[in-house]
Order: sequence, then structure tokens, then C-alpha cells
Amino acid sequence: MTDLSKTHEATPATGGAFLSVRDLKVHFSTSDGIVKATDGLSFDLERGKTLGIVGESGSGKSVSSSAIMGLHRGTNAKLSGEILLDGVDLLKVSNEEMRKRRGRDVAMIFQDPLSAMHPYYTVGNQIMEAYQVHNDVTKREARKRAIEMLDRVGIPQPDRRVDDYPHQFSGGMRQRAMIAMGLINNPSLLIADEPTTALDVTVQAQILDLLQDLQRDFDAAVIIITHDLGVVAEMADDVLVMYAGRAVEYGPCKEILTHPQMPYTWGLLSSVPDLTASTEAKLLPIRGNPPSLLNPPPGCAFEPRCDHVAKVGGDLCRTTLPDLTPATSGGNHTKRCHIKNADKVYEAEILPEIAPDLVED
Amino acid sequence: MVAYIIRRVIVGLLMLVAMSFIVFALFMKNPVDPAQFSCGRNCPPERIEETRQALGYDQPLMVQWSSFLKGVVVGREYPADEKMREANPELVTECAAPCLGFSQQLQMTVNEEIAEAAPISISIALVAVVIWVIFGVLFGVLAAVFKGTLVDRGVVGATLSLYAFPTFFVGALLINFVAIKWGLFPAPGYVPIAEGGVGQWLLQLLLPGFTLAAVYMAGYVRMTRAFVLESMSEDYIRTARSKGVKGGKVLFKHALRAALTPLVTMFGLDFAAVLGGAIITEEVFNYYGLGKLAVTANETFDLPTIVGLVLLLGALVIVANIIVDILYAFIDPRVRVA
Repeated sequence: MTDLSKTHEATPATGGAFLSVRDLKVHFSTSDGIVKATDGLSFDLERGKTLGIVGESGSGKSVSSSAIMGLHRGTNAKLSGEILLDGVDLLKVSNEEMRKRRGRDVAMIFQDPLSAMHPYYTVGNQIMEAYQVHNDVTKREARKRAIEMLDRVGIPQPDRRVDDYPHQFSGGMRQRAMIAMGLINNPSLLIADEPTTALDVTVQAQILDLLQDLQRDFDAAVIIITHDLGVVAEMADDVLVMYAGRAVEYGPCKEILTHPQMPYTWGLLSSVPDLTASTEAKLLPIRGNPPSLLNPPPGCAFEPRCDHVAKVGGDLCRTTLPDLTPATSGGNHTKRCHIKNADKVYEAEILPEIAPDLVED
Repeated sequence: MVAYIIRRVIVGLLMLVAMSFIVFALFMKNPVDPAQFSCGRNCPPERIEETRQALGYDQPLMVQWSSFLKGVVVGREYPADEKMREANPELVTECAAPCLGFSQQLQMTVNEEIAEAAPISISIALVAVVIWVIFGVLFGVLAAVFKGTLVDRGVVGATLSLYAFPTFFVGALLINFVAIKWGLFPAPGYVPIAEGGVGQWLLQLLLPGFTLAAVYMAGYVRMTRAFVLESMSEDYIRTARSKGVKGGKVLFKHALRAALTPLVTMFGLDFAAVLGGAIITEEVFNYYGLGKLAVTANETFDLPTIVGLVLLLGALVIVANIIVDILYAFIDPRVRVA
């Protein structure tokens, strides 16, 4: 317990951000070779702010967040780099120390609340467990706290519903209950792994609204993992676009959505249907499939699917991995692309396709 | 729920009736004359006829079957032939409901035979079940936790090789070495609790119990291992871990709980089956339980005993199935509402 309180009170060593991930690598060794699920990821996040991590399935979003939770411990995953939470490197703390931090300092809510909740225990039991693990309280107190939290996340008649089983809840209510479970210990960092993917559109908006609301109250840092740029636009302060285990574009949300400088981000934007857009606007899916992480392309990982390779010239895209460099539009915006005048290419070629009415204005 | 149980019981009873008919029909269509067997080897023809009448084998199949069913419901008297009962009142045997028949060979009612043999079989079954469930689940969880390591391979390999040995071999080995040569256990022989107390009773049952358990344990180790591994990869386990729940609690409260459902199903059926007699184990240790009774009845063509045992075993399996289904509702809350 003594070393726990010591590390907990430790002051930030470098005066850096509240959460600072530096060159995070998560590699799995399989019989076929090493799978580089996350390969050199860096980002910062302050309390009260939200980071949106966007990317296709298998781009390393969930693997990276599981690394922050310490959920790869006890598996064959090899982790390197630094995950500094309030100055403490989560990769260096002991298993027991990490277990104590899980749910207390860092909490996570998952994509499918039906399978993420144990079918044989009541919702209340599962929420109480999260509280009792980190607080020396009686069952009665834990129950009272669980009912409070259920009430806070908008479950009607929480004192009655607390004894229901997950299957007796609707999808939206289950996700509310998951959020109650995640926030019951007042964590400073909340990771939401595709929290709305399994829900109805109407319920999605409610859940996102609830998350924003709670973030303000609890002053938590939030990482929201999604493949839905709509969710990002709604929630995030910063956006990290991931492809094949690496960040390909990173910067303030507004900047990324208005001046994307990486063809993969363009592809993501082209794939989003826009309600207000004219019917001439096209939905342009990204062709091909994400590369194998076992044997990624030697150059830019997106090169095989990229329509703009010709603009770079030579073999550069195929042979050399571009660095994450500051974007031409400035700000804290970085991108991983060889195209020199990406901003102009976007305005000239991409924008007219996905939002023609915007160009005419 | 109540309506469901009633429905299950009625279906079960109908199945038992059908089973009794099938056993009767198969037996009667057999080329061997059951009366000849009941009477003995050097039986003169008129005695055979007499035996046939006494046991009712002279009647058509349907008549025999219906008087059997009647006996089960209200009880009956033997000999089956009314005139014979009137002629020799001193030979009449009462068989109270539920009368399962009268064995000419053993000169007693099937109910009495079962009442004598069942405690032995139940005792062996109980001891075996406790051994195999405790060690099967324990080793299964151990193998799952240490998946892929030497512990896993050792546990699975050891139980599998135990399983590969025939029961009579394991039993004979235990008798010859553990009991006789090393003298660690008394020579096998059933001692009822009333005679030797629980300690003596249990001591005499450990060897046959272990012999019987050895066969089932391998299955339970493999199943538990598979079910625990399966539930360990479920999303709710990740949720429990991300709450900060300790490893042991994740395993026992969350993973094992979910693995319990399929184990209970297996357990119900296996337990019912061993209750009905462990034929080889009883034979090797020479414990006169239901299994040995069944073997003897088959050898001597003792129809009433065979029918009685088949129905008893059938009833046990049906009851076990119903109990398992009811247990489901307690284990899995999702079943409760339906």
C-alpha cells in the first residue's frame, strides 16, 4: 500500500501532459512472425480533453488502448515505449500496481455492452464489484453508490433496475450501465472503445451526449476510439488517425476535418454519408483492404491503396516510410505523407467530389 | 416453471411406458425360452409348463405387459396364474406397488433385489462422483490457467493415460498392489454404514470409487479446460480485468461460473448413469450392486429383473435430465424468464 500511495502522489516528472504516450509499440510474436499491431505511437492528452482515435478495423486502435489499460499483461505481447499517466510510466509499474490502477485511475467501456457484461450477474452486482475492488466499503454502501451512478447515467427507477440482469436491459441502457461501471471510481482517464457502434442511431446520440456531460462533471481525460468520423466531429478535441499500427495524421479535430493532408484521411472522409450534402455528392469507398500487419509494405503502408502515388513521383512511396511531419497548414497538425502540396490536392480533387456545394460557396 | 416441470414429468412417464414395452417385446421375440431358463437345466417338460404359467409367460405379450404395468401402479401377487395361487396359497408372494416383477431365479421380487443392490451402487457412485468432479474440475482449471505449459500437458496427459487403461485393469491393479501387496487398504468388500460407520464405509469404497472415477475424470478435465478457456476469452472477462478485479476472482467468480452450465449438463447424465450400476467396477471388486445384478440377470435370462433394471436406469436418466433443466434456471438467469 505504501508504494502505491507514493506513486499515486508522484508529481509529473517532465511537466508533460496528463497522459503522454511515447513511441508505444505492441508486438505479438506468432508462429508466422511478429505482428506489429501498434508500431511507434505517440500522443498527448490533458484532463478534460477528448482524443478521438480513428481507423479501420485492425489498425491498432483497440490494441493501443488495451496497452494503456495494461490488459496485455500475461499475454505474449511485447510492449515498449512509454505510457506516462500523471508522470508514472504504466509500462513499468508492477502487475499488482497496474491492477489497482485499472478501474480506479483508468477505466474502459467497450463496444458491445451485451457481451461485455457477465450474463449471470445482476447489473448492480457488476457495478458494485467495480466499486468494492478499489474501496473498502460494505455491500450496502456499494449498492447505494451503484444506484447513485445508475441514476446519474439516466437509468429510470435505478433502485429497482439495479437488480436486473444485463439481458433485461435495452442496448442503450446496458451501455449506460457500462459507463456507470467505468466512472464509479471517478477515474482520471476514460477509454471508450467504440461505445456507440452496437447501438441504434438515436441511442448513439444520447450516449455521446451523456459521455460529454459526464466528462465535464468528472474532469476526466477521454479517449474515444471509433471508425465513425461523425462521432469524432461531435466529441473530440484532438484526432489521431491510425493506419496499420501507426499514426498517419494527428492534430486538432477541426484542423483534421477541414484540412486533412493524408490520402487515407481523405478516404475516410469520402466514406462518410453527409445528410446535408447535395445528392451529387459521392460516397467513395477506399479500395482494397488494410495490409497484413505480419508483413506490411516496406514504404508507406497505405501506398497499395493510394490513388495519389503518382503525385509524389519515383519509388518514394513504395520504398520509404514517410515521417510524421508538420502539415503545411501549420498548427499542431502532423501527417505521414510524401505529397508536398497535400492541402491543395485536397481542395482541388477531393473536396469537389465529397462536398460539391461547399466548393461553389 | 411449474407447468414446464409437470409437462416434463408426463413426457418422462410416457417414455418409461414405451421403454417397458420395448424391453418386453424384445425379450419375448427372443428364440430362447425364458421359462426353461427360470426352471433350471434339468427341468422336466411339465415343470417347464408350470413355470411358464407361474410367471405368466404363457400369456400373450400384451397381456403380460398390461399386468406388469398394473403391478407397477397397484401392486400384484405371484404366481401370475390365478388358479395356481388358489391351489397353493402358501407359495403366494405379495409384491406391493410399484411392483417391478418377481424373479424365479432368485426367488424374490425385483424390488427386493434392487433394495439390496442399490445402496452398494449408490455408495460407489457417490464416492466416485465426488472424486471425479473435484479433481476433474480442479485439474481442468489448472490446465486452463497454465495452458500450453508443462503443467497443462502433464495434467491432460496423465488423466488421458488413466482413461486409456481399461477399468478392469485399473481395478485389478489397485486390488493387487494397493490393497493386497502393500496393504494400504483393507481387502475390498462392501460394509454398510449401519455396520461399520461412515469411516469404514468410505474406506471400503475409495478403491472402487477411484477406479470408476478414473474413466470419467479425463472427460471432466478436458471439458473444464475447454469451457474455462472459452469463457476466459469472453468480453466480460476483459471487463472484469479492466475493473481491476484480482486474477483469482476473475477466474473463479467470472470464468468458472460461466463454464458451469455445460458441466452441470454432463454431470447430471453421468451421475444418473453410474447410479444405475457400474458393471465392470462392481465385477472387479465383487460388490453386489446393480451392475453385477444386471450382468447376472442377463446371464440367467431373468426377464423380470432385466425389465426392472432397465426401467430404473431409464427413470434415473429422465429424472436427472429434468433436474438439470431446473438447475439451468438457477445457474443462468436468462433461462429463468422463459
